[in-house]
Amino acid sequence: MTLSILWFILIAILWVGYLTLEGFDFGVGMLLKILGRDERERRAMLKAIGPHWDGNEVWLLTAGGATFAAFPEWYGTLFSGAYLVLFIILLCLIVRVCALEWRPKINSQRWRDTWDWLHTISTWLPAVLWGAAFANLVQGMKIEVVETATGAVVPASEIGGELVRGASHQITGGFFSLLTPFTLLGGVVTCLLFLTHGALFIALKTTGELSSRAEAFARRTGIASTLVCAVWALWAQLIYSLNALAWLPLVLAAAGLIASLWMGWQGRQGWAFALHFAGIAFAVVFIFSAMAPNVMRSSINDAYSLTISQAASTDTTLIIMTVAAVIFVPVVLVYTVWGYKVFSRRINAKEINPDEGGLHPTKVRDSLQPEAAIGY
Amino acid sequence: MVTAPMALDALELARWQFGITTVYHFVLVPLTIGLSPLVALMETLYLRTGNEQWRVATKFFGKILLINFALGVATGIVQEFQFGMNWSEYSLFVGNIFGAPLAFEALLAFFMESTFLGLWIFGWDRLSGRLHNLCIWMVALGTNLSAAFILAANSWMQHPVGAVVNPETGRAELDGIGGFFAVLTNSIFLHAFAHTIASSLLTAGALVAGVSVWWMVKAARAKQDFEARQTWRRMTRFGAVTMIIAGLLAAGTGHAMGQVVAKEQPAKMAAAEGLYDSTEGAPFTLIAIGNDEDSTIRFISVPYLYSLLATNNPNAELMGLNDAQEMYEELYGEGADYTPNVMTTFWSFRLMIGLGSLSIAIGALALWLTRKDRLITDKRLGTAALWSVGLPFLACSFGWIFTEIGRQPWVVVPNLGDPMSEVYMLTLNGVSPVVSAGTVLASMVIFTLLYAALGVVWFVLLRRYVREGVHTQTKESVKAVEKAGAEGTPAPALSFEY
Repeated sequence: MTLSILWFILIAILWVGYLTLEGFDFGVGMLLKILGRDERERRAMLKAIGPHWDGNEVWLLTAGGATFAAFPEWYGTLFSGAYLVLFIILLCLIVRVCALEWRPKINSQRWRDTWDWLHTISTWLPAVLWGAAFANLVQGMKIEVVETATGAVVPASEIGGELVRGASHQITGGFFSLLTPFTLLGGVVTCLLFLTHGALFIALKTTGELSSRAEAFARRTGIASTLVCAVWALWAQLIYSLNALAWLPLVLAAAGLIASLWMGWQGRQGWAFALHFAGIAFAVVFIFSAMAPNVMRSSINDAYSLTISQAASTDTTLIIMTVAAVIFVPVVLVYTVWGYKVFSRRINAKEINPDEGGLHPTKVRDSLQPEAAIGY
Repeated sequence: MVTAPMALDALELARWQFGITTVYHFVLVPLTIGLSPLVALMETLYLRTGNEQWRVATKFFGKILLINFALGVATGIVQEFQFGMNWSEYSLFVGNIFGAPLAFEALLAFFMESTFLGLWIFGWDRLSGRLHNLCIWMVALGTNLSAAFILAANSWMQHPVGAVVNPETGRAELDGIGGFFAVLTNSIFLHAFAHTIASSLLTAGALVAGVSVWWMVKAARAKQDFEARQTWRRMTRFGAVTMIIAGLLAAGTGHAMGQVVAKEQPAKMAAAEGLYDSTEGAPFTLIAIGNDEDSTIRFISVPYLYSLLATNNPNAELMGLNDAQEMYEELYGEGADYTPNVMTTFWSFRLMIGLGSLSIAIGALALWLTRKDRLITDKRLGTAALWSVGLPFLACSFGWIFTEIGRQPWVVVPNLGDPMSEVYMLTLNGVSPVVSAGTVLASMVIFTLLYAALGVVWFVLLRRYVREGVHTQTKESVKAVEKAGAEGTPAPALSFEY
């Protein structure tokens, strides 16, 4: 196993971390207006993801940074070529952070409703876009090797297995070349998976009516997400996949999702969520297995495809990164798991006082009049 | 879509976008870097001394920290992704080296920051006081670590050490494992890190002191002597002492950094001084107007001072812009203007120093006015104190404008200590070829509008929380809290839950 293949696997693991974890807090955001019927319930849902969403988002930053370092060519080509997709995702992530953090700061229903709407929009959009982006990686994109200085396309016949000096891989098809039936279906897949994932998480993290409503919701969307996921995955494996080996994670992902459904019907919330978590994880592994040995496939000519070894950094960089990963990924996992343990208690929406929290929008405290020291 | 060679306008727009996102992000970041250790210290003092005032301060400044942290995180994501989006050629060229600190930053710092901040916000009633306090210290460590890694990356752009160009691929690569240690011990980086942390503490100290003076005046005028003295005078002095220590360190590290920059990036420093011809005993010019050698108007030039500051020798010869141009042409080819925009560099450098120094002086003044149990009661001073909070923020922004504009036309400045090295890149060669000017313009406009809108909300929230102040502190109220504590009812929670 070469270092570049090891890092391809590690990048896949970072994306597994991102989509399995952020998947549920996106899902909760998407369901904020659907499952949360009043302020109490919405606040319970936000409390459930409150301590965790920010740490979940760091998996994305780590995946981005690690791709930059371990596969500069992949990072540069993908991020410039999928510009608009990433741009919309970034806008949504920015708004979502503020919607989560600033919502409780002012005690006004209008203020909270505004942020909740923004929160809803800024979770639905990326939920679809991530799926479309990964489907593009499986399907291949309009990639050519272009000379940097002249902008001339290098003929495919001149390309060996190595990078061409003075030229780079570029997605020359533009934004609309990224939208195909297959990639749009990929967007539907992640959207439905996140919805189910978020509902299962809420079922597990809350009590009473909200929990059972979320459970019932997950049963329904779970069937839809499993079916659509199956259609998409078979389409991917039969038409676009480069490896028979990818059948293994595909089958495991299917098993995870189906077992999760079954556990959901049994009312075993912990198992249902854990198996769904595994299902998403294997789905991500499937995507990366189907791509290998390319990191980005060209739909124009296979000679233009960017392979793992072409895109990889030098061994020096990869060794340094490997040492850091071996030491620090376990450390991160330890305190992340501890963080989840600390907040393992279920949240009861009935215990929340919806009139409390934050400051009155305009009326400043009648300052400096002695009052009893309670509260603040 | 066939890619034409990069038109200038896409480049200009990408540069504008980088400038806007960087400066905006770094309005928020210094406060987070500086305030997280200060809030952590306040909580530690509360736990150690049991003094109710430190709990009140932790709560009050903790909320300000959280409001600010959110927008800092949100804008930071763009920082990391825009390299690939707008600067793909740059990313391909430097990814081997530049990417690693970014990955380290996420792995070592961001996880720590966000996980422990979540624990701190929600964990008060689940964790012991000491463990809760440890969480915010971990946040402080995380923010400062993240500054280290991103500055290591930026310093490498300013002074690319430990790198070679692979002749086969034309990419910059680490010069063995030792190359990475060279990146992490880069002289510019060590200075930039110390300077940034000190400046951030100055910024946070200025916020604590400025807000506290304003409240001290209010409380004193409302005849709430206890609160004015015990809460606000205490925090004023806490903030002011931070300002003076951090401010002097910022000045010292800045001075030392200037000497390194003068050596490694002569054109940057020459532009900062408006020096066109190499001069022995070069002067320090206080005011200069004009971007052109012959038409520049100068006021107040102090001879020998620039040489003294840059080299510790008043008679030393310093390179001017004309000679820098000649030197770069000789080494790296003609046909490029190797001079950064002189006025922007010159003035951002002076504004950074001027506003930063003014802020330190204000800290010293606050300390002087509150000596020997004195209170500040003048309303105008209270208002001025609140306005002065903005000074170090502006100084930080100008500092980055100076650093990045002064780097031009390079995105990776050639390493003059190793003139044979091929590790350098002009900014215009770093831009993404597949991204059209229209795309960059659209994204820049939308980002800027969103930033403006969120900036307004950020400001309104901070203002609202500052105006709310703290629950009125009186001798009786504090006694009541202490009595309840003695009877087993703990003090009101240090919780920041949703």
